[in-house]
This record gives sequence, structure tokens and C-alpha cells, in this order.
Amino acid sequence: MLATLIIVFREVIEAALVLSIVAAATRGVAGRHKWLVLGVLGGLAGAALVAIFAGAISDSLEGAGQEVFNASVLFVAVIMLAWHNVWMSSHGRELAAEMKAVGHDVSVGARPLYAVAIVVGMAILREGSEVVLFLYGIASGGVGASGLLFGGVIGVAAGAALGFALYFGLLNLSTRHLFSVTSWLILLLAAGMAAQGANFLTQADILPSLGRAIWDTSWLLTESSLVGQLLHTLIGYTARPSGIQIVFYVGTLILIGGAMKLYGDTRTQAKSGGQPKSGNAAPRPIA
Amino acid sequence: MMRHFLSAAAVILVMGAAAPAFAEEPATFEITIKDHKFDPAVLEVPANKEIKLVVKNLDETPEEFESTELNREKIIGGGRQGVFYLDPLKAGTYPFFGEFNQATAQGKLIAK
Repeated sequence: MLATLIIVFREVIEAALVLSIVAAATRGVAGRHKWLVLGVLGGLAGAALVAIFAGAISDSLEGAGQEVFNASVLFVAVIMLAWHNVWMSSHGRELAAEMKAVGHDVSVGARPLYAVAIVVGMAILREGSEVVLFLYGIASGGVGASGLLFGGVIGVAAGAALGFALYFGLLNLSTRHLFSVTSWLILLLAAGMAAQGANFLTQADILPSLGRAIWDTSWLLTESSLVGQLLHTLIGYTARPSGIQIVFYVGTLILIGGAMKLYGDTRTQAKSGGQPKSGNAAPRPIA
Repeated sequence: MMRHFLSAAAVILVMGAAAPAFAEEPATFEITIKDHKFDPAVLEVPANKEIKLVVKNLDETPEEFESTELNREKIIGGGRQGVFYLDPLKAGTYPFFGEFNQATAQGKLIAK
């Protein structure tokens, strides 16, 4: 029962942290609840489907189906996180200014909320399908249903509690800080996911590893420890990264960070440099 | 622009030509899972050589073969097998486990 609890908890953590970060990032956006719920429900349905067809997925692509599937799910999430961040960097400043001006959250419907829903759905689909397969294994192994249920429910609850803790922690930030903090979190989350996706493609023998373990920090922190796992999810911490993982991690940081800077800057320049428009563009919010 | 495209195409061609040299099938090692235990639980493999590891799950329930040391994780369904190509390992011990049955499913590769 305790083993069940721990494994379910560990699987739930990743999805819970992803959900809490994007939920915090979309604070005050009209219609976000609908999209977040849609992402969660879609993810749960997808997890059940993936678990049912796990065998067929594994056997496809000459046995590399599972790796290619996992990598694809991760890369789709990375692209959606990138899209969200680039969008935010080009609109975030005016949003923050507007919120400050009116003194409360504004309703902006144009946010790419479907991107957020897809990110949540992908995270739940991936982790959820593992939980389903794991619980199925235990159930058919003859462990009492009560122990299974108890471990599963407490595990999910504990993972969710951690997600809520992060969510409410983020909500304590001021609006302006919330934008930049969630942008950073999403950027690192995306880089970590890209590196993880690359590792799956290495495992499938599709990408070269470019060096099996470039460095080894397992003496300091293992990924199997709770802190190690949290950092693995949040910033992509890997004790023994392969060369290709480092390439994907840094590459993702540069690509998304560069796009954020590019689109953030051009808009600012167009505003301040183009026409000397006084008004809400000039006073940048401090603190 | 075109020049870049051509040089990129040349690089891809060269890589394609070089690929068969690496395509040689590495030495294969097999591990079975039965009653949520690995057999052999300790497997000796050559160090500094690419190896192919075939993990056969003879149980009816799925197992997730996982090793942070080897940087590998894969769910292997009941009655199915998973194949892993491992880059050359430095001499040392590389533990692995079955995540779904950690109490019993523990093993290690020893690269010598």
C-alpha cells in the first residue's frame, strides 16, 4: 500500500507541477478555468486510451513506438509552452500595466489558452497512462482492492497538494513578478522536457547520445530522491546528462529565450521609437 | 543561401554514407522478468563497448524497466520485450529496477 502510494505520488507530481505553473501563469484570464478543466479531462481520457493501447504503441515503429510517442508528447508540450511564452513576452507588459491601472485583474480573451490546455493534457496523458498501467498490474497481482484504492487515492491527493502549494505560492507574487517568474519557470520546464524527449529518441536509437554521461552529479543529488525529482520536473535536472540532452536543453533555452526577446523588443521599440505616443506606454510599472 | 543549402546537403550525404560503418550489431545480452524478479539479477557486460540489452517480461503484468544510471526507462507489457541499445559503459556498476515492483525487481549491470 505504501509502495503504491509512493509510486502514484511520484507519477502525479510532474503533471501537478505543470498544471500549477500554467494555472498561475494564466491568473485572471477570462475563460481559463474552462480550458484548464478541458486540458485535465482530455489528459485523463488520453491516459486511459494510451494505457489500453500501450502494447500496440510499443510494438509500432519496430519496437521504438513507445519512445517516439513519449518524445512526441513532450515536444508538442514544448512547442505550446514556447508559444505561450512568446505570446506573453509580446503582450505581457501591456497586460501588467493594464492590470495595475485598473487595480484588479483584467479579462483578456485573446490569450492562447488552447496552448495551455494542450500542455496540461499532454502532461496528464503521459504520467496518467503510467499510473493506469501500474495500478492494473497491482490489481491483477492480487493485492487487496482496499490497499490499492487507498494508496492510489492518497498518492493522487499528495501530488495534487504539492501542486496546489506551488500554485498558491506563485499567486502570492505581485502581478508583475508573477509574469516574469512564470515565464522563467515555463522556459526551464520546456528546456527540461525537450531534453527528456531527446533522451527518449536516443533510447529508440534515433538520435545519437553524443556521450553517455557528460558529467555526473549523482553524488550531490540523485533523481530518485524527492528533491532531485522535483528539480528534474521543474528545471530538467539530470544527474548524468548525455550530450544530446545538453544540446536540446541549451538549444531550447536559446530558441525560446531568443524568440521572447525578439518579439518582446520589437513591440517595445515600435511603441517607444515609432510614434511619440504619450499615455499608458510611457510609465513603466515599477514594483 | 543556396550555398548553405548545398553544404548542408553535402554534410547529410556524408553522414549517410558513414552510417553503415556504425550499423554493426552490438553484442546482445538478455534479462528476463519472472514473478517480478530479474534473471539474471546481476549481469556482467563488457566495458567500453556498445551493447544491446533485451529485457523479456514473462509476467502477465506490465513492468517499467528503469535505470537512472543508464538513463533508460521503458514500460514493458506482460509477455512482451523491450530492447535497449547502450552506449559504451565505463567499468562500474549500473543498478536498474522495475518501477512497478521495486520491492523485488532489482538488478544491476556490471561493466568490466
